[in-house]
Amino acid sequence: MPSRTSDIGPTDLLGRVAQAVRAVPDPEIPVITIEDLGVIREVERVGDGLRVTITPTYSGCPAMRAMEEAVLDVGRRAGVPVEVVTRLSPAWTTDWMSEQGRESLRRFGIAPPTGERAHAAAGGPVGLTLQARQVTCPLCGSPDTEEIARFGSTACKALRRCLACREPFDEFKTI
Amino acid sequence: MSAPDASPTAVAGARQPGLPDARTLHTRYLLSLGDDALIYAQRLGEWLTHAPQIEEDMALGNVGLDLLGQARSLLTRAGEVEDAHPRRDEDALAMLRYEREFRNVHLVERPRGDFGQEMARMLWFASYQYELYTALLGSADPTLAGVAQKAVKEVAYHRDHATQWVLRLGDGTPESHARVQAGLEAVHPYVQELGEDFDAARWASEQGVGVLPSSLAASVNAYVGEVLEGATLAMPDEPRWHARGGREGVHSGAMGLLLAELQHIARSHPGATW
Repeated sequence: MPSRTSDIGPTDLLGRVAQAVRAVPDPEIPVITIEDLGVIREVERVGDGLRVTITPTYSGCPAMRAMEEAVLDVGRRAGVPVEVVTRLSPAWTTDWMSEQGRESLRRFGIAPPTGERAHAAAGGPVGLTLQARQVTCPLCGSPDTEEIARFGSTACKALRRCLACREPFDEFKTI
Repeated sequence: MSAPDASPTAVAGARQPGLPDARTLHTRYLLSLGDDALIYAQRLGEWLTHAPQIEEDMALGNVGLDLLGQARSLLTRAGEVEDAHPRRDEDALAMLRYEREFRNVHLVERPRGDFGQEMARMLWFASYQYELYTALLGSADPTLAGVAQKAVKEVAYHRDHATQWVLRLGDGTPESHARVQAGLEAVHPYVQELGEDFDAARWASEQGVGVLPSSLAASVNAYVGEVLEGATLAMPDEPRWHARGGREGVHSGAMGLLLAELQHIARSHPGATW
């Protein structure tokens, strides 16, 4: 779901600030912008300033607060009033991550989400067997990888290892 | 979690004379859900550096973080609905309420046992939350529906995590089997409260805001039963007693100590920030 910028010329001050807002890096995975991550829903003109609507990734993700602060900081530095509004519905999904974002993750050594949601919003089946899901190694490209831990260094990642090149790597969980 | 006995209060419903007004009931319903998440997040945080392996430190911490996030949204919403003067925000509700004002079930406030017992507790609680949030996707309270949309994905993952461990431990060594079975026995008297209706939930259900806990019990039981069967574990017998009163603010001795740890920084340094 691409985000929208309404009523702002691309080259005027607000347009440049809106661009800078979109380019704010994810505080925990700085190779991806919050636009590519898919958390920005809308950037709108409100009077002389901007209203930025974001949808959080995980309920408890500590990076959300840092993203909000970074967006507000862009406004402060440009002298433009910026407010950040949180929209919960529809819920964020990794389907909203851009192709460019996925490619940046891969180059950084994080396997991007696979595109099929692990659990459709409701009633998604949860298997009673140990899962065997194919994730490609972002380092050597081998599909021969295994899960080490279902919870990784941040809420959005799991830990895997490649059986071909033997390197461990993070996987961005598909939700 | 079996359906509670029909009691006089169940018949009287939300129009019982002397029942609080709609705003109070709506607030209490949100607090019940938020407090379950907050208090279990606190218990899970206690596992950091104590789990059997470092990956599990991460896992239990991450599950707790998801729950804390859910609690923040739910308590913020409770503060909005309550509309007190001055308004209570998430911090005021989490850090400055007294024990009798917390509306969580006893299951989540129990001190942690061994890892097998924690997985037994998480299996029940995440299964309950999964059914709960699934039912709340269509809530008439738009914030609650939004929280549910996000949370249902998270708790599906928690439920799956507990499922994998219960299967592994139950169908593992004689020691792991015995310990997770003992964990199931230990938490069983606390499970039924999850499926018991209370005044605020009856009101919320009538208004389309919430759901009757008793309506979730059959699905939760079915899921846990299936996992236990696959894990070669036995569903414990009906307990001779079961915990009650959490939704009305009546808690166990463990709750005071938990709150002391949770709240002492905020109470010792009012208004402090970093």
